[in-house]
Amino acid sequence: MWRYIGRKLFVYLLTFVIAVTINWMIPRFMPGDPVRSMLARASVGNPEALERMTTYYNEVFGLDTPLYQQYFSFWGGLLRGDLGVSVMLYPEPVTDVILRAVPFTLAVLLPAILLSWVVGNHFGAFAARSKILDNTILPLGYVLTATPYMWLALLLAWSLGVVAGVFPVANGYSFSLRPEFTWLFISDLISHWFLPFLSMFVVALGGWAIGMRNMIIYELEADYSNYLQALGAPRRLVRKYAFRNAMLPQITGLAVQLGTIIAGSLLTEIVFNYPGLGTLIIQSLNSRDFFLLQGIFLFVVVGVLIANFIIDIVYVLVDPRTRVQMTGGSS
Amino acid sequence: MRSLRIPAALAALAITATACSGGGGNEEGSGSYPRSETLYTTGTAWGPPVSWNPLMKGQYAPGTIGLAYETLFLYDPNEGEYVPWLAESDEWTAENVHEITLREGITWSDGEPLVAEDVVATLELGQFGSVSYSNIWNFIESAEATDERTVTVTFSENRPQEWMNWVYLNPVLPAHIWADMEETALTDSANEDIVATGPYVYESHTDDRMVWERNDEWWGTEALDLEMQPRYIVDIVNASNEVTMNMINQGDIDLSNNFLPGIDQILNSNPNVTSFYDGPPYMKSANTAWLVPNVTRAPLDDAAFRQALAHSIDMEQIIAGPYTDLVQAASPTGLLPEWDEYIDQELVEQEGFTFDADEAVAILEDAGYMDEDGDGYVETPDGEPIALTLEVPSGWTDWMEAARLIAGHAQAVGINIEAQFPEEDLLSENRNSGEFDLVINNERPMSNTPWTYYDYLFQLPVNEQQTTVNFGRYENEEAWQLVEQLAAVPADDVEGAAEITSQIQEIQLAELPAIPLWYNGLWSQSTNETWTNWPSEQEGAPQSAATFWNGWLEMGAIYTLAEIEPVG
Repeated sequence: MWRYIGRKLFVYLLTFVIAVTINWMIPRFMPGDPVRSMLARASVGNPEALERMTTYYNEVFGLDTPLYQQYFSFWGGLLRGDLGVSVMLYPEPVTDVILRAVPFTLAVLLPAILLSWVVGNHFGAFAARSKILDNTILPLGYVLTATPYMWLALLLAWSLGVVAGVFPVANGYSFSLRPEFTWLFISDLISHWFLPFLSMFVVALGGWAIGMRNMIIYELEADYSNYLQALGAPRRLVRKYAFRNAMLPQITGLAVQLGTIIAGSLLTEIVFNYPGLGTLIIQSLNSRDFFLLQGIFLFVVVGVLIANFIIDIVYVLVDPRTRVQMTGGSS
Repeated sequence: MRSLRIPAALAALAITATACSGGGGNEEGSGSYPRSETLYTTGTAWGPPVSWNPLMKGQYAPGTIGLAYETLFLYDPNEGEYVPWLAESDEWTAENVHEITLREGITWSDGEPLVAEDVVATLELGQFGSVSYSNIWNFIESAEATDERTVTVTFSENRPQEWMNWVYLNPVLPAHIWADMEETALTDSANEDIVATGPYVYESHTDDRMVWERNDEWWGTEALDLEMQPRYIVDIVNASNEVTMNMINQGDIDLSNNFLPGIDQILNSNPNVTSFYDGPPYMKSANTAWLVPNVTRAPLDDAAFRQALAHSIDMEQIIAGPYTDLVQAASPTGLLPEWDEYIDQELVEQEGFTFDADEAVAILEDAGYMDEDGDGYVETPDGEPIALTLEVPSGWTDWMEAARLIAGHAQAVGINIEAQFPEEDLLSENRNSGEFDLVINNERPMSNTPWTYYDYLFQLPVNEQQTTVNFGRYENEEAWQLVEQLAAVPADDVEGAAEITSQIQEIQLAELPAIPLWYNGLWSQSTNETWTNWPSEQEGAPQSAATFWNGWLEMGAIYTLAEIEPVG
């Protein structure tokens, strides 16, 4: 067991190092000089002053040292939780900016992933081998799972927001409110949260339902199901066992899908101008804030790695066979 | 199936929440801005508010100058005159001595009185090269506080036009806070604790909005008889055009100061959305868009070639196409309509270029540009092929479309130009260091004097980095001397100035250091649902600008805040 976890940890660590390195490289090898563009906006005309300020800001952003030193100091800062200073929100640290956006992203992402997975699995299992549902709702599931997140988001914003006027179409909360711990503000938060959540939830739901339905059908064909049926076990019992077995690939599926779902949520946020990481990515791109961009990507990468790791462990706990294999292999 | 109830419950919760908060904005709750007392604006801020440091141009939150910090004078472009603001009066006691008297009884928000020493200290800050107005010390000899309320500025070189430009665009800062700061602190400080004199004070900000609250103690209520109408101003950081358009249509935004493609359709169909003019061009003009050639590169170093290029552009097509008649074609001098008095109409009649493809071809032929190799494009007189690029920032859709049209027009007369769309920052970097063929630029706004435009076109010397002016690196000593003379004309001597501008225009129209294209609009679309009486061409309506862009509050937009009226 521990050896398994250790091996997994090593792989994740390696992935992490590579991801950080690529992440560090991209902004530095992109065209354009962030400091110079920052100063271009300040329209300093005096050439000597421009020179002085360029030197000053290069020092602030640590761009005055050789590349290899920048790389190592990046790692040093990273381990201290220091991702540098944002250009867009200068002089605010990148970490602070990201931490402000993360709650919004997580608030949409976590419920959407977990609920769609749970609901989708149950619904798929329920629909399998039921002619009416198979013919009506599952085709809808196929359509949903093939829908791009952004498109559904636009559709929902238009129908429920602009036309029906039930939900607000943009932003994290109303422009008329100050962030406070009051019922008015919280209810406003929830109503702004609902559409981004719904569009994430609906798209993901279709995929899980279809996956589960197919797995259940496959499991019901398996020998143990036939045997149980032959023994005269009730339909409910047979399905219960089939469901447990069908869950396993769905857990792996969750790990595989995680990246896609997060990418989708970033797009969804942009459509709704929702103040999470996705909107932050667009903003930092617009103002060439490479340090912030780098920080966000790093954050997403770490998030995905942690989530995958948790799923790996859950898998071991849920599937007795892996445990047996591992103990069997080690003894 | 049990778990299906969770999303249902969530939906119910969300709907209840919406129902509760829907009317919430109108209540006199502690946590909200009452709709009837709040002005929602957008179109000015391109990023989250991070700085309130008035010395850092292009970085501070819009409104920092104008709403919080105030200037000595305003400039009224409609009347062409300076309006005393923090100053009570001014007098030129000698040709090179300007004496400014401050109003009595103005205090900073920390209770200290506004004194002449504050103005002197503000000027002294320009001694630091990193402060954007450090150039004023090229012509100021000394600035002294002769008494509590009188500032005497003596000039070593007399440039009233340039000086008055500084006076109305730069705010007075409190000496007791700014005078002793280090150079790096001056430009680095975000200045969160604003100590200013203006009609609004900082209320709060988040990454997508900046909120100003009315200063009920403001000196101007009494002294100027101006009552700022909105209690709160919520300036929303620019979102996508779609989001802004939706919010305008629903009356959630009172004033939008951005170019919105297709806004003419909404202006024509939605009676609640208005702009300055009822018909085309709908908006007033804000600045001139120039086609800037890099004159250090052949064949753009040849005035005849630039003339041919200017004659080849069919501006009507650009205005009717990507701009749907929202802008006007520029005068061949590039001077804005407000500067009509400075345009030598006779000269323009004779020498000014107009769209004429045949003429363009003739000019090219006369100057020896022929198509010898038969590829449809002319070569230089030496037989070198010509391949130029016209760059505009990627994502600026109106400019991209215009650039494509210009390239097409040039190709039609045999000049091989290709439109390219690099990232904005890359473009400005290359432009500043002179690594380009042609760019479109409109970075000089309207001002108190055409001097600012000629400074933009002719300023010498050409540095390694040209960050704000003369991007084309055009060098003409004679023209620059005329521009320097123009700066020296007394601020109210229009005739004297027009004499010099006529001479400059003679050089300009012959040489075309940059080709004026169209006047970019003073984008301003307002909704009448919560606030009315917006500036418009109609009789009796206010004439001030309804644009909160940097520099425009000082050109009279501050009056708009007192002129608008709440509905109901």
